[in-house]
Amino acid sequence: MDTMFVRGLKRKCFDGEEDIEGTLAGIKAVPSYNLQRQSLLDMSLVKLQLCHMLVEPNLCRSVLIANTVRQIQEEMTQDGTWQMINAQNTGQASLDRLVSTDILCRSSGDQAEGKHVPAYGTFNKDFESDQAQDGSETMSTASSVQAPRNLQSNMWEEMENPQENKGNFQKSLDQIFETLENKSPNSVEDLFSEVDNSYYDLDTMLTGMMTNTKMGHCDSLETFSSPTNTASNSNCKSDLNDLDHIVEILVES
Amino acid sequence: CVLVWCFSQVKGAVDDDVAEADIISTVEFNHSGELLATGDKGGRVVIFQQEQENKTQSHSRGEYNVYSTFQSHEPEFDYLKSLEIEEKINKIRWLPQKNAAQFLLSTNDKTIKLWKISERDKRPEGYNLKEEDGRYRDPTTVTTLRVPVFRPMDLMVEASPRRIFANAHTYHINSISINSDYETYLSADDLRINLWHLEITDRSFNIVDIKPANMEELTEVITAAEFHPNSCSTFVYSSSKGTIRLCDMRASALCDRHSKLFEEPEDPSNRSFFSEIISSISDVKFSHSGRYMMTRDYLSVKIWDLNMENRPVETYQVLGENHFECCWNGSDSIVMTGSYNNFFRMFDRNSKRDITLEASRENNKPRTVLKPRKVCASGKRKKDEISVDSLDFNKKILHTAWHPKENIIAVATTNNLYIFQDKMN
Repeated sequence: MDTMFVRGLKRKCFDGEEDIEGTLAGIKAVPSYNLQRQSLLDMSLVKLQLCHMLVEPNLCRSVLIANTVRQIQEEMTQDGTWQMINAQNTGQASLDRLVSTDILCRSSGDQAEGKHVPAYGTFNKDFESDQAQDGSETMSTASSVQAPRNLQSNMWEEMENPQENKGNFQKSLDQIFETLENKSPNSVEDLFSEVDNSYYDLDTMLTGMMTNTKMGHCDSLETFSSPTNTASNSNCKSDLNDLDHIVEILVES
Repeated sequence: CVLVWCFSQVKGAVDDDVAEADIISTVEFNHSGELLATGDKGGRVVIFQQEQENKTQSHSRGEYNVYSTFQSHEPEFDYLKSLEIEEKINKIRWLPQKNAAQFLLSTNDKTIKLWKISERDKRPEGYNLKEEDGRYRDPTTVTTLRVPVFRPMDLMVEASPRRIFANAHTYHINSISINSDYETYLSADDLRINLWHLEITDRSFNIVDIKPANMEELTEVITAAEFHPNSCSTFVYSSSKGTIRLCDMRASALCDRHSKLFEEPEDPSNRSFFSEIISSISDVKFSHSGRYMMTRDYLSVKIWDLNMENRPVETYQVLGENHFECCWNGSDSIVMTGSYNNFFRMFDRNSKRDITLEASRENNKPRTVLKPRKVCASGKRKKDEISVDSLDFNKKILHTAWHPKENIIAVATTNNLYIFQDKMN
């Protein structure tokens, strides 16, 4: 196990099941990395939404944060670590939560109830197709609500509707940028009227938003902060504050 | 040789309670260095003039004193978008002096203005039809004719707007740059660059447009742009992805295809979630010679040789972020940039030595030598060093300027302008 852990940390390129196991072992041994990554992701999403609220949003800042979100989301899809986050959310994942946080991503025009379903469906499709890709067996609580699916057929479904899958995350970003272009103050109140500010709601929103991204190049499993932090067991809140501090400095808000 | 820097002057209010309108947003020397202009968040421009050198006091150069103050931009309201347009001056650029008057371009987020600054130290007296106070004389009382003569008066410096270049930018203007032909200039916003003629205000040419057809595909914005100092068809623009594109206007009307692309390949072992953000370039400046250009990103200042696109020729480490500027000295041998905690850094390209200095009210006796500061990693602090953890990230030096001919620098903290000069013996 130790050697696998070491291997998972040092390898740059994952090209087989062996490495996947190493990755997972590596992940388990460095929990704060994922937590920090999740924190950064959630915080970035909040900041993006806050961009809506600004009288005149800073386009450069929004683009930088959006790119960071995309990057994290791609990596999390790659190494399947958001499955762990779902494990933390045991018992909490429900359609209601997905609905409420899904509204977070929309402008007022899209708040028809019927729109909630695709996001939920997409979430499952993405999850299932990624499962098929990386061979991991961890199941999210949300998908466990449903009857077990045939993984193969899911992949086909997902391939048939690539636009819809790709669409959700893009759509959210699209809405954000459209709002930046055509600022309509009313939508802001609508957006935030439904927001539950708890940490895990944003988390669930993320999973509802995720698309099936290209399984492209390898991504290294890196700790994103300085090496001295890897071994630390700092708690979630202080990490969150540090991260917020760093991101604020970086994008000068 | 390592320069030793001394405090010279500080401008601006002393108290710590900073009025937002007083926050300095741009600093620029004119071509001779005699004039120093600052713009602030309240839309005002303050121009300082260097006094003639005092021959008896050979160890100091002339001081900079206020020469002219005027309101360049006012807040506006965009009724279509229900948005207020800030009056903050984003950039000032001087035109080279052609006659007695001085000209500068100043811009806020949306509108560029050409200002004429002229001196009046004489006025005509002895009109035939008017009294001295301006009242018209009854023509029937005029019995003799005289020629009006100019008589000296107290110096008056007048600033008048000569051109207003408006309605050409959908996004926020971040740069203006005057061409070496001194007839045209460019203005750049987040997604587009326009070319203007200084005489013509009702139209401009769009020369770069990186706006995607779908805004959802937007991943990159323009952060700065500048004309080459000698080649009137060449300009560069930097992006939030850490690239610099050099374009030649002779190649095509729309310069969407670059002639050169400067980008340093990313070291994969350094990749992190912040890679995206920290590679964003906040400023790009050509050297005076035109052979090199300097870029400022979050962690470094890089010098690029225009003949080599795949990596910079020099890299200097410094902390910064999205809006820090950088500048060259007159001989292109030293580069300077601001940082946090009211620190600013200089890098001597020949000796490879660098120095960190602080703009602070503690050292504000004239000719006080500035003591070099040292920032250390957390936990390893020696005496007189500052730990990186205790840096005040709210005290930023975003704007710095170097006199084009002498070793005089202007450094702007939030609301104060510091002027330093090298120690002359």
